[in-house]
Amino acid sequence: MRKISRLSRFNIASLALGLAFLYLPILILVIYSFNASRLVTVWGGWSLRWYHEFFNDRAMIEAAWMSLRVAVSSATIATLIGTLAALALSRGERFRGRTLFSGMLYAPLVMPEVITGLSLLLLFVALNAERGFWTVTIAHATLTMCFVAVVVQSRLGSLDRSLEEAAMDLGCDPVQAFVAVTLPLIAPAIVAGWMLAFTLSLDDLVIASFTTGPGSATLPIRIYSEVRLGVKPEINAICTLVIALIAVVIIIASLASKLSSSRGESAAPL
Amino acid sequence: MTDELPRTDAAADSVGDTQFAAGEPLLRIEGVAKRFGTFRAVDGVSLDIKSGEFFALLGPSGCGKTTLLRMLAGFEAPDQGRILLGGKDIAQALPHERPINMMFQNYALFPHLAVRDNIAFGLKRAGMARADIATRVAEMVALVKLDGLEKRKPDQLSGGQRQRVALARALARRPQLLLLDEPLAALDKKLRESTQGELMELQRRLGMTFIIVTHDQEEAMTMASRIGVMRDGKLAQVASPRELYEAPRSRWIAEFVGDINLFDGESKLRDGHRLVIGTRDAGALVVAEPREPVGAGKFSVAIRPEKVKLSRRGPVREAGHETAINQLDGVIADVCYLGGTTTYKVKLDAGGMLQASVANSARLDVDAYGLNQPVVAWFTPDDCVVLPS
Repeated sequence: MRKISRLSRFNIASLALGLAFLYLPILILVIYSFNASRLVTVWGGWSLRWYHEFFNDRAMIEAAWMSLRVAVSSATIATLIGTLAALALSRGERFRGRTLFSGMLYAPLVMPEVITGLSLLLLFVALNAERGFWTVTIAHATLTMCFVAVVVQSRLGSLDRSLEEAAMDLGCDPVQAFVAVTLPLIAPAIVAGWMLAFTLSLDDLVIASFTTGPGSATLPIRIYSEVRLGVKPEINAICTLVIALIAVVIIIASLASKLSSSRGESAAPL
Repeated sequence: MTDELPRTDAAADSVGDTQFAAGEPLLRIEGVAKRFGTFRAVDGVSLDIKSGEFFALLGPSGCGKTTLLRMLAGFEAPDQGRILLGGKDIAQALPHERPINMMFQNYALFPHLAVRDNIAFGLKRAGMARADIATRVAEMVALVKLDGLEKRKPDQLSGGQRQRVALARALARRPQLLLLDEPLAALDKKLRESTQGELMELQRRLGMTFIIVTHDQEEAMTMASRIGVMRDGKLAQVASPRELYEAPRSRWIAEFVGDINLFDGESKLRDGHRLVIGTRDAGALVVAEPREPVGAGKFSVAIRPEKVKLSRRGPVREAGHETAINQLDGVIADVCYLGGTTTYKVKLDAGGMLQASVANSARLDVDAYGLNQPVVAWFTPDDCVVLPS
């Protein structure tokens, strides 16, 4: 931090440009969500009209509610499975093909979403599953559990194994040692993993549109189909709300992981 | 667990009794072996440790000393052999079922718990009453001089303080046996030396049995009453520090413990209790015959550098003193001033190199030798150790 306080002019300029590039479009979107005008591109003064419109738009509210439910349930499932996978990979006995499994965990992170979506659609069709809330939830859990596993695994990797041994030495059986020592220390990573899974699910358009069924559109699907008919200022209002929600979640997640890593440092010897 | 505590209390009360009580050893290790894949980490180790002993397992890294310690703690199960603690085989028991505690090399303090809760961790697991836990924690805090730091988290402590917390935590359950895995490796030299003294003090006062693992031979010599030197998974020698240093059993041990001059040669003739060994690098050396008689063959003659005396003209021979003395001529090839002593490397006329460590008993350098100065190095036959090559 000390170095940043002595920025050269060049550094300040490049920082400003970079931030503008990233955040100017979002800023414009947020400002225009308070636009009174019916036309998206014409400024007509400040107003909360489009927020009001959104809260009276039943279809939109339903889609938002659907998205929230999918995000919460898929994030919870992904956190459970992802944490267990991370534990198996970093704490279990060394089994044959462990490196392969570890590597396979990363594959969905780089797999094009279209392929993930399509393959899941084919699976659900083959299983003759009725597409809707559960298929989207399962699809999202599939994608996001990898992220959770990676986050938790890296935390477990930096955790000193002798901590668990010390707990056992002091009278814990392996399960008690896990609950008394390991779990409190990886809890921030688990929370961060959940938040990450939540925002990923809330964002997702591609996989959701492959795996959803009639009458159960998520918010991104709804917005996308509305925009095709022309951008209504109401969309700006919805997007602003989504941005606010995601910003809150990401801030909490980064605080949690910061807490987690500062604890990690103290676990290291000297 | 709780039923073990009174027994060790009694041991703690009986401080001042003879430490090496006769009879059964506290710990008996019988033919213990452990393999990792094809690597024999510990290869048939047998060892008895008496109650109240301060025992050191010494060896280079990878010699199996840590694996042996981890088997005593219960983190590894031996493939073969028995580990008897007070007559009971604990080889396959889990760590929490053993009245043994361990102090970890990196201390392994729980980062999410305060000092007090770290120390109380094992006591809570033992089902001790709250009031008793508080008393015991206070006792431990006083014992390791951590007063006032009870509420700190481990990351708010210095290295030395963390080391004390780890020690207090391991001692809190009053184990029958305390294992210490390189307990001082992370401390700086000054702190390490003072902590060595404190550990010895503590061990004497509590009358507890300590087993320490270290790669630092000076540390082992300072603290332990007995040392087991390990090499390639086997115990190479178990002896007191003095015996280990003055009568090493093999060439490898002689070189591992302290500095030593070694000359290879063949036994030439026997003269009473003296052997004459012809060496390639130092000529013929007269040595005292070892306790266990040796036949003819190849030997190494070992002399510690501090046993070698230097002089300008050779040893002063007292009248009537007929001890055969080895005298070797040479020139000073290297001088290394270390404060308390100076180490000289003497290039012998016979060809070899001889190291001599001389105490700097005078402040002025009147006795010092300069580079390329011709000197006579001498030592008595009793200062030499004959080792099989």
